[in-house]
Amino acid sequence: MKKLKKVLSGDIRQYTMVVALAALILVFNIISGGKMLTPSNFQNLLSGNAYVLILALGMLMVIVIGQIDLSVGSVAGFSGMVMAIVARDFNLPWWLAVLIAIAIGLLVGAWQGFFLSKLNIPGFITTLGGMMIFRGAVIWISGSISVPAPSELKFFGAGYLPEWGPNTGLNNSTLLLGIIGILVYVIKQINTYKHSGDITGERDPIWVPIIRIAVVGSVIGYFTYLFGSGRPGTSFPVPGLILLVLILIYHTITQRTTFGRHVYAVGGNKNAAALSGVNVKKVYFLTMMNMSMLATIAGILFVGRSTSAGPADGTSWEMDAIASVFIGGAAVSGGVGTILATMVGGLVMAVLNNGLMIMGVGADKTQVIKGFVLLAAVAFDVYSKKNGKDSIIGRIFGKKK
Amino acid sequence: MEKPFILQMQGITKEFPGVKALDNVNLNVHRASIHAICGENGAGKSTLMKVLSGVYPYGEYDGNIIFDGKKMAFKNIKESENAGIVIIHQELTMIPELSITENIFMGNEIVKRGLIDWNEARRRTGELLKRVGLSDDPDTLIKYLGVGQQQLVEIAKALSKNVRLLILDEPTSALNEADSANLLNLMIELKSKGITCIMISHKLNEIAAVSDAVTVIRDGQTVESYDVEAGHVDENKIIKAMVGRSIENRYPEHESHPGEVIFEVSDWKVEDPRIPGRMLCKNSSFNVRAGEVVGFAGLMGAGRTELMRSIFGRTIGIYHGGTVKVRGKEVVLDSVQKAIKSGIAYVPEDRKNLGLNLLDSIRMTIVASNLDRIKTNRLLDFNKEYAAAEEYRKALGIKTYDVNSCVTSLSGGNQQKVVLSKWLFTEPDVLILDEPTRGIDVGAKYEIYKLIHELADQGKAVILVSSELPELLGVSDRIYTIFEGEITGEMPVADATQESLMKMMTVTA
Repeated sequence: MKKLKKVLSGDIRQYTMVVALAALILVFNIISGGKMLTPSNFQNLLSGNAYVLILALGMLMVIVIGQIDLSVGSVAGFSGMVMAIVARDFNLPWWLAVLIAIAIGLLVGAWQGFFLSKLNIPGFITTLGGMMIFRGAVIWISGSISVPAPSELKFFGAGYLPEWGPNTGLNNSTLLLGIIGILVYVIKQINTYKHSGDITGERDPIWVPIIRIAVVGSVIGYFTYLFGSGRPGTSFPVPGLILLVLILIYHTITQRTTFGRHVYAVGGNKNAAALSGVNVKKVYFLTMMNMSMLATIAGILFVGRSTSAGPADGTSWEMDAIASVFIGGAAVSGGVGTILATMVGGLVMAVLNNGLMIMGVGADKTQVIKGFVLLAAVAFDVYSKKNGKDSIIGRIFGKKK
Repeated sequence: MEKPFILQMQGITKEFPGVKALDNVNLNVHRASIHAICGENGAGKSTLMKVLSGVYPYGEYDGNIIFDGKKMAFKNIKESENAGIVIIHQELTMIPELSITENIFMGNEIVKRGLIDWNEARRRTGELLKRVGLSDDPDTLIKYLGVGQQQLVEIAKALSKNVRLLILDEPTSALNEADSANLLNLMIELKSKGITCIMISHKLNEIAAVSDAVTVIRDGQTVESYDVEAGHVDENKIIKAMVGRSIENRYPEHESHPGEVIFEVSDWKVEDPRIPGRMLCKNSSFNVRAGEVVGFAGLMGAGRTELMRSIFGRTIGIYHGGTVKVRGKEVVLDSVQKAIKSGIAYVPEDRKNLGLNLLDSIRMTIVASNLDRIKTNRLLDFNKEYAAAEEYRKALGIKTYDVNSCVTSLSGGNQQKVVLSKWLFTEPDVLILDEPTRGIDVGAKYEIYKLIHELADQGKAVILVSSELPELLGVSDRIYTIFEGEITGEMPVADATQESLMKMMTVTA
């Protein structure tokens, strides 16, 4: 079992969630008689949930600094609506409307960040205010009526990658994406392997990276096949690609930059961070600003997908985003949580939604089940921390130190 | 004449998964005596007290507790308190926004016909406060009391529960000398009234002053236990038992070679942000040479920490003037970032609240203040981070099997080494250490002192702020004294004695 631990390495809890996610997908697939793992279902699942996952990226950072942002749904709805209105009423090109929307997102974020960082008003209050202000504002400026969005945005909200090149039986863009994914992973593993002996003088055994590459490679390969083998004209969805790029960016920011470290430092111990040279106010400000900007991007994708901006767009999105972060193992008190685990948490919610829908379970019951899943995930987390144990996997396999 | 035992703990063994925290410990305490328990951090003192007070309920440990001749089986703290055993923890547990009365009767309210009788509670509080020598109004909110007074209120609370055995865990660790003396006197007075005290302490001089018996615990076992005559305690014997070896000299030998003045503060003026007009620092001027260890002596609240933190990025108080020169050049240090860039490092006195992010691993902590140094292509490089952490683990002798483990897995002394590593990693010229040895045991202290000297030998200017005069006399080359925000004296260590320093720390020159 030591071998398994070596292959997994790092935070075992993440793998528990990954295993849970995989199990969930398989169980739904079996119960529904194979309706889960179909190209069209997964394409839908991804483009239909990309916006919540994008929100969760920003929310993770907000929760890590020990705050919360309740306004993201309203902000997403508001900036999406502004975009649709300026595009319609002033006949602006779609890209200009998008830029205006993003600028508004940044402004809103600066506003909320100001109250938190300069006036020390907790994010909960500031953004509760923001939630009401911007929800009201959406309804106000739209007059409670949906506004059609520029049709070009459909590409971002629900579009597919182009078809080109020789007939491989798969969508070639998707295939290329899959190959790039596998290559990047292989290069990373080789690098890790090369450095594994830097300190101890003893490298990991060679089978460790090989098994990892084999497992991750086949998973990427399978999904490449799944997304690429849909009906002609479909592929890995564009919002999914946007999400992937954002995940990459935010994973790097949180793990590999000074700013990311400072985010965790502020969440872990604000006073110690300040005395270590962290500009706490700046971290607060930028994190809140970033959240609203991501909310705007989420809003734009959603508007693009539904081809119009509605006055109720974004209602209670904040709850889905917050739930994803906590299912992903973040701590309510701040300082703990990662982008990747949050994405797994968000996918658990998405698959649950999707799977229950396929099985014909009503929205009412789905809500109940989601609520229980959130509670169970967090309770399990608290329980395992209290007992100093890692997770189910840790419990079954990790007896020996 | 031999007094009878009030408490006998026989063969106490307590195991945690994988660790034997207590191994067949025996403790015998005479009635109406002061019994000191010493031992290094992690020796098992606190665990023993938790067994005694029922935090670890009967059944979770092996062995017998005989209190007042009866075998006890406490299931929780409430039961031990009913028997008359009260423990006062190192961290005070008063609620700052409530009054003295409310705190004293918290969980023990005087209830008449379903309602709390505040008049009676207030009257009794007044009596209790008199017994512990406090003259405050029972309605005073706890937040307006100093730490020393709060400690006395804790004791008053214990008295309200008809305490017969009072356990004090490091009671003077946060107190200044006057408050400490006050507390020790109170213990002697309680003893004369028939109340037994168990005192856990690192401060051997205090143990020597008041105890009637000493028990030394090491690695979960009773090493020694014997009666002493208060005032005639052999401190070296206790140290030897605690560390299992004799420390001939508690302070390492060191010959200093001071160079140029590299750190100079002149006319430093800082106002208290809470009380307008009150100055935290009054025209303070001082300097430190390269390779020199300069001590700052002062009572708690004299303004030592305020002086250092106002210099270090103006993190305390309102700046009203004064200059700082590093290597002859004037620098404006209006943020911590600038102070770090100018080569100044500050190790705060409160390790857990100000020094560490308790969620971080050792390796993340060590690099936290100088992330630029572990970057490759503008991104953090984990290989460099690991290498840096390993380097400091070896250099400072941080005892851990893995730098990836959390800082909370370390003992106090090793945590302090991690904090020191973090600041050494910023490559400072001037190192300000605020109470660097607070709450760490004798052996670890010695290592920290050696480290301070090594740093001085590397040409760094070291400022040592401490409440312990012997430490200042033992480690520094030159000592400044502070009283009420003012620097009242300066003397080379050769001319200084505890008495001469204390004089300047308590009287304006």
